[in-house]
Amino acid sequence: MSVPFVLFFVCGALAVAGAILVIVAREPVHSALALVLVMVALAVLYLLLGAPFIAAVQIIVYAGAIMVLFVFVIMLLNAGAEERTDFSRVAKYIGLPLGFILMLWAAHWLWRSPVGGAIGTASATPAASSHDLSVELFRQYLFPFEATSILILIAILGALVLAKREE
Amino acid sequence: MEFISEHPVLVASIVKIIVLLVIIMTALAYLSLAERKIIAHIQSRWGPYYVGAHGLLQPLADGLKFLFKEDLTPPVADRVAYLLAPFLAFSLAITAIALIPFGPPSIPFPFLSNQQAFSVADVSLGLLVVFAITSMGVYGVVLAGWSSNSKYPLLGGLRSSAQMVSYEVSLTMSVVGVVLLAGTLNFNEIIRSQQGHWFHLIPRWHVFPQIVGFLCYLIAAIAETNRIPFDLPEGETELVGGFHTEYSSFKFAMFFMAEYGNMITVSCLATILFFGGWLSPFPDRWTWQLYLPGAGLVLLGFYCAYDTVTTMRGIARIQLTVVTLLCLGAGLICLLPPVAAVIQGPFWITTKILLFLFFYIWLRGTLPRFRYDQLMSFGWKLLLPVSLANLVVTAAWLVWGWMRPA
Repeated sequence: MSVPFVLFFVCGALAVAGAILVIVAREPVHSALALVLVMVALAVLYLLLGAPFIAAVQIIVYAGAIMVLFVFVIMLLNAGAEERTDFSRVAKYIGLPLGFILMLWAAHWLWRSPVGGAIGTASATPAASSHDLSVELFRQYLFPFEATSILILIAILGALVLAKREE
Repeated sequence: MEFISEHPVLVASIVKIIVLLVIIMTALAYLSLAERKIIAHIQSRWGPYYVGAHGLLQPLADGLKFLFKEDLTPPVADRVAYLLAPFLAFSLAITAIALIPFGPPSIPFPFLSNQQAFSVADVSLGLLVVFAITSMGVYGVVLAGWSSNSKYPLLGGLRSSAQMVSYEVSLTMSVVGVVLLAGTLNFNEIIRSQQGHWFHLIPRWHVFPQIVGFLCYLIAAIAETNRIPFDLPEGETELVGGFHTEYSSFKFAMFFMAEYGNMITVSCLATILFFGGWLSPFPDRWTWQLYLPGAGLVLLGFYCAYDTVTTMRGIARIQLTVVTLLCLGAGLICLLPPVAAVIQGPFWITTKILLFLFFYIWLRGTLPRFRYDQLMSFGWKLLLPVSLANLVVTAAWLVWGWMRPA
């Protein structure tokens, strides 16, 4: 029982528990907080997989910026506790079995593939440095990178147009 | 002894964490005293004077007072978030300090020569990790404001989340220039990239080529820690106390300490990124600098002795005598050459951090508060473009410029 092995299961359990809490919690702010927990647990998993850069960026961008905006908007709208409805019948009779089958299939695939056997040993792989990452990003994947940035720019412009007051 | 040799990382880390925690808690306590004393002197007052000589025991009295006050929880508060907020704010504020190297990595931990003595965690992405931790600090403030279920804290929380998110962008942008110059995110390597002197006299600190970036960092850091002139989340005259209005007793104290902890963190970052961290500002050929820490402490001891004899009466005289003896003793120990060589790094980084903290307090005694719309337009329309321009110029200079760093 090495430390990364234990950490993997602790953080995996935290991530799953947080994800369930996101759905179950009635107070929107509690849901958002549970989502932050999921993000942080995922960041630790990335760290265990030998990707410290992605882990740090995960926390800075998702937990530190995007989720703060979520919480900010929830606070601004002063959204109260959500009301429960009965489950939709479609979700109950088709969604649940399908979700279960998907989970079993993913588990089966993970069990068969070499990825599954590497759980807990992944920290033995050398950590990718930020230099390696940027070389990959700005040489091989330059076009998708720039395309994404233009996409985000378009989204910003769209938000500006929507938010602008009618003159 | 066997356990120590088998788990060197664990043992060294635990010892370093305990030592750092004690030092930081003391520093937080005395920072509050320093703030009150310095502002008092700026405003021609004496400040705390009666609890201990020169108010030196005031932090102890304040701590006891906080412990024994009634701990109120508003009945309409959201209990989970209300309890979580101060712990989040405080723990995140002091966690970031664990990443800071307080001395060169070449100095080994006692008995464990493969461990560093002066940094708890020397990670390759130090700067990013510190930003990750501090970016989570917003939650403490936001949750405190929301969970109190009261209008002033809510307004304070909204203001602060908007402000901290806005200025975090400029804060991050302003240090990218330094990262480009240093070519690394590791604190020790960033410091090492500032070694040497121009004309054998001016230290090669990043503050000189990155003066614009430094000014942006300084302003954004003040806003990020919610200090005057950017303390709108608290804004006593408008929002009673802002996000921590409904907090009392030790939970309030935790917010208080979190603010000081954040101040220390951003001062550490400024020191490391722009002012050479644990490097001495003087060229190596000036060997007398080895004895500066000891000499400074001995001089402080002499001043205390003079003060004891001339102004102190009664029990204060005994207290200040103890301080005098401590200063003189520590100063004489620091004058021993082997000790002096080891404490060079910690001495310089601590001195620089203390200067930054003094600057913060000085600002609080000097400047009025921003108006909210001014704050937002300043952050987005001036600070962010300037720090972006600084980044572009730095990058262009690194690619095409003359006199590039090797």
